[in-house]
Amino acid sequence: MIIEHVGLSEIKGSLIVLDGVEDASFEEIVKINLGDGTSRMGRIVQIDGQRVVIQVFEGTVGISLTNTRSVFTAHPMELAMSPEMFGRIFNGVGEPADGMGDIFPKVRRDINGSPINPVSRVYPRNYINTGISSIDVLTTLIRGQKLPIFSGSGMCHNELAAQIVRQARLTGADSDEFAIVFAAMGVKNDVADFFRRSFESSGVLNHTVMFLNLANDPIIERILTPRCALTAAEYLAYDLGKHVLVVMTDLTSYAEAVREFSSSKGEIPGRKGFPSYLYSDLASLYERAGMIKTSSGSVTQIPILTMPNDDITHPVPDLTGYITEGQIVLDRALEGKGIYPPVNVLPSLSRLMKDGIGAKYTRDDHVDLANQLYSSYAKVNDARSLASVIGEDELSETDKKYMEFGNKFEQIFLNQSHTENRSIDMSLDMGWEVLSTLPRSELDRIDDKLLDKRYKGGKS
Amino acid sequence: MASNVIYGINGPVVTVRNTVDFSMQEMVFVGGDRLIGEVIGISSEYTTIQVYENTTGLKPGEPVYSTSSPMSVTLGPGILSSIFDGIERPLLEIEKNTGAFITRGNTASKLDESKKWKIHMTLKPGDEISPGQIYATCQETDSIEHRCMLSPSLPAGRVTSVSGDSEYTINDTVLEYTDKSGGIHKLTLCQEWPIRVPRPIKGRLELTTPLITGQRIIDSMLPIAKGGAASIPGGFGTGKTMTQHQLAKWCDADIIIYVGCGERGNEMTQVLEEFSDLTDPRTGRLLFDRTVLIANTSNMPVAAREASIYTGITLAEYYRDMGYDVAMMADSTSRWAEALREISGRLEEMPAEEGFPAYLPSRLSAFYERAGMAETLGGSRGSINVIGGVSPQGSDFSEPVTQNTKRFTRVFWALDKALAYARHYPAINWMTSYSEYSGDLARWYEENINPEFMDLRAQMLAVLREEDSLMEIVKLIGADVLPDNQKLIIEIGKVIRVGFLQQNAYHAEDTYVPLNKQFLMMKTIMHLYKRCSELVSAGMPIGLMTDTGLFEKLTKMKYDIKNDEPEKFDEYIADIDKTMDALISDR
Repeated sequence: MIIEHVGLSEIKGSLIVLDGVEDASFEEIVKINLGDGTSRMGRIVQIDGQRVVIQVFEGTVGISLTNTRSVFTAHPMELAMSPEMFGRIFNGVGEPADGMGDIFPKVRRDINGSPINPVSRVYPRNYINTGISSIDVLTTLIRGQKLPIFSGSGMCHNELAAQIVRQARLTGADSDEFAIVFAAMGVKNDVADFFRRSFESSGVLNHTVMFLNLANDPIIERILTPRCALTAAEYLAYDLGKHVLVVMTDLTSYAEAVREFSSSKGEIPGRKGFPSYLYSDLASLYERAGMIKTSSGSVTQIPILTMPNDDITHPVPDLTGYITEGQIVLDRALEGKGIYPPVNVLPSLSRLMKDGIGAKYTRDDHVDLANQLYSSYAKVNDARSLASVIGEDELSETDKKYMEFGNKFEQIFLNQSHTENRSIDMSLDMGWEVLSTLPRSELDRIDDKLLDKRYKGGKS
Repeated sequence: MASNVIYGINGPVVTVRNTVDFSMQEMVFVGGDRLIGEVIGISSEYTTIQVYENTTGLKPGEPVYSTSSPMSVTLGPGILSSIFDGIERPLLEIEKNTGAFITRGNTASKLDESKKWKIHMTLKPGDEISPGQIYATCQETDSIEHRCMLSPSLPAGRVTSVSGDSEYTINDTVLEYTDKSGGIHKLTLCQEWPIRVPRPIKGRLELTTPLITGQRIIDSMLPIAKGGAASIPGGFGTGKTMTQHQLAKWCDADIIIYVGCGERGNEMTQVLEEFSDLTDPRTGRLLFDRTVLIANTSNMPVAAREASIYTGITLAEYYRDMGYDVAMMADSTSRWAEALREISGRLEEMPAEEGFPAYLPSRLSAFYERAGMAETLGGSRGSINVIGGVSPQGSDFSEPVTQNTKRFTRVFWALDKALAYARHYPAINWMTSYSEYSGDLARWYEENINPEFMDLRAQMLAVLREEDSLMEIVKLIGADVLPDNQKLIIEIGKVIRVGFLQQNAYHAEDTYVPLNKQFLMMKTIMHLYKRCSELVSAGMPIGLMTDTGLFEKLTKMKYDIKNDEPEKFDEYIADIDKTMDALISDR
């Protein structure tokens, strides 16, 4: 017997309140039928005895205290999945949005997932070759890693993400087990379209599952979008053994949706109005990357977020950086110089690269070269700021060399075209080429044997 | 007992209405799945419970069971070499029960109840027994002997019967005694202890020995005493976790408790894998033999994250009471503070600074005060070091958790973004960090390493301080305009920074450096400085000295001289003297 609850007691933003409900369970999905024949979905977010607070995904426009009939479904939000999902487009709550009808579900899973037991994880070690020098050499992407791109409005993060997807090659024989899950949260329609086209042109569209919650879609649905996408990714990875690359954009919009929801619930705000549980909330997404012992698949995440006002200390990039295994930071000044991809390598980092590079995976000189490039490029900034005070001519010989190195590093090493796919050897050799601008005595991170072999500059 | 049922649910907070059955901090089971929870608030109308597991699917009307005991851990053999979640549930057992993903309502027993331990009894019938006294021992791992003690919560008495030395499980009764009022007590190999109550000690002792970590910037510049508390604040990417890992691997404590509190799952896996392979340089045994891991990753329930710190420190106190030196790493205490804030927000408490509850400072101080060097109830000496990572919001050290932690720890290893960007690791900033223990430990260094040790350290710090202020000028006008004696400071400063303070955790020789080598490195560098400054004051241009290649040679000596070749430093010093003498005679 299905009980319908007629009417509501209260409406507050996207929340509705029902009284006299028995047998409701926490986070259960509620279907709200409106008088005009349409229906909306909601989720129970708070229970006090028989009083139940429900968050309505599509918003409460047009809902009155009397025109609803609510049905409790008795289960939490689930996603229906099957291998037919490839090539399909879903909306933010996992319903087909491409007019091709429902999929025939093989499994249904709770979209909140369950935490992976740390003892069941496999420590990620295999690197993914992206063909982009700044990433491959300095912030190597590892299979099973979560490596976000920190960007700003109007910068080329989408192009970079698309290029990574296009060029990402797995080392090893299982490279045809590659799949992409794309989640758009609050991005513009043309951005979603750009990704679809670039997946299509690179021939990966039939390995792709897309979840779209666009800028004009209901904001509350946005909270569910990444969870649907990651549930799909986990299914593809751990049930079907695929190596899944999850691209999620834009996490800032997601966090703002969480904030909106929190304030409508009347919760005490934390920093910049974001709820104090934002860290746990973001972690419940990012921590779903990884590899487990019982399956050959993997989930690798590339979340994209735009830093409001390019501020890396804003709560969203800040908390993200504490959870993810590194970050790729894009820089507006570099983009202004016409460098693509404008990766600011100093704050960028890949925490897992140390175990996924070197003789066994990339090349024996990789670790030392990367360290030296970082430490030398850090000195370029000192030379530049000195030059802006006393003029370039007055610099010491060494500082002049650093200026030259800095320019070469940006123009030759970082800069590459949207279609250029560099092999790891080529990227490493370019690193040595720009490093050889500096006198040998400045290279204090590399031991002499390696310098003898690779260093191309003059004696001192 | 009559039915207590769930009334309200809000995230991890559950309320029960109109009941007087519960007491504060009592452990309860919530719902049909028996989720573990703890009572955190009682009013005349509502009892508030925080639930340590995901509450999705709970319904009002489901039962809540009382246990009449506070949140406790089980203490006994089998703790070492294990990995637990925030409330001491063994993750390996959970994996066996539910697979790779952690589901709710796991009831795995905390310690292995079927394993038999080879027990040696240390008391015989007729002996007196008092709290903290050891009554049985067994070899828990190859390197650690487990000592079962009379729980401090039990009265003293006289032993009436003792089982013979044999193999027992943790729940077998091995001893019986009668207390003064005639009560009979049966002792097994394990005991329960509430996590929020510090285990009692006889008294605190002065801190006089350093915790040796093999990390140069810590041992030589910013030392920590055994029994001390330290904080490592740093923004993301500055190497907080890496520093904690290095300390956990190499510090000379007997037992390591590593608490991953709200951190990354992959990091815990890494610790697990690495520690299972590495051997302790002192004992030659596996590092994992002395290690306990507590993993509450950031996506595991937030209430258990709050408890994980207390679980860790209680385990630490248990091993301290056996007479061991224990080091506990908590990575990161900010996540714990945020868990407090999250729960406090759900309780609608009035927030203080940045939304943190007003009791944040008192909770932090109570936690850090559980560190210390103690005379135990059993009469031996044991210590606990607490090394807490702090993840300041927006890398801003003025935020409440960093500031309050700073008040209650005497060592402050501040990690610096600029150093990390230049890949100078460990990125501990030597100008903003401090150690209040250096004075207390001076005597130990002078007696055990070399009488000159503290003197050299002071000289080195003076050079670094001067270099730091000179760098301000260099940034403005360049190094060329400085007089030669200041240029020398810059050059030596660079040798100290790159050749001494910077340490490569991935280099086989450099990852752990014994104190004696640290001292000889300091001595060699300062010898070069002394000889050069003599020549500079005699008017010799600094360029002649930098051209000798000695500066580069000293920068690389950390790699070139192996840890077991201290005699090589004499050659280096002789080389410096020879080269400098040659410069003088050339003039």
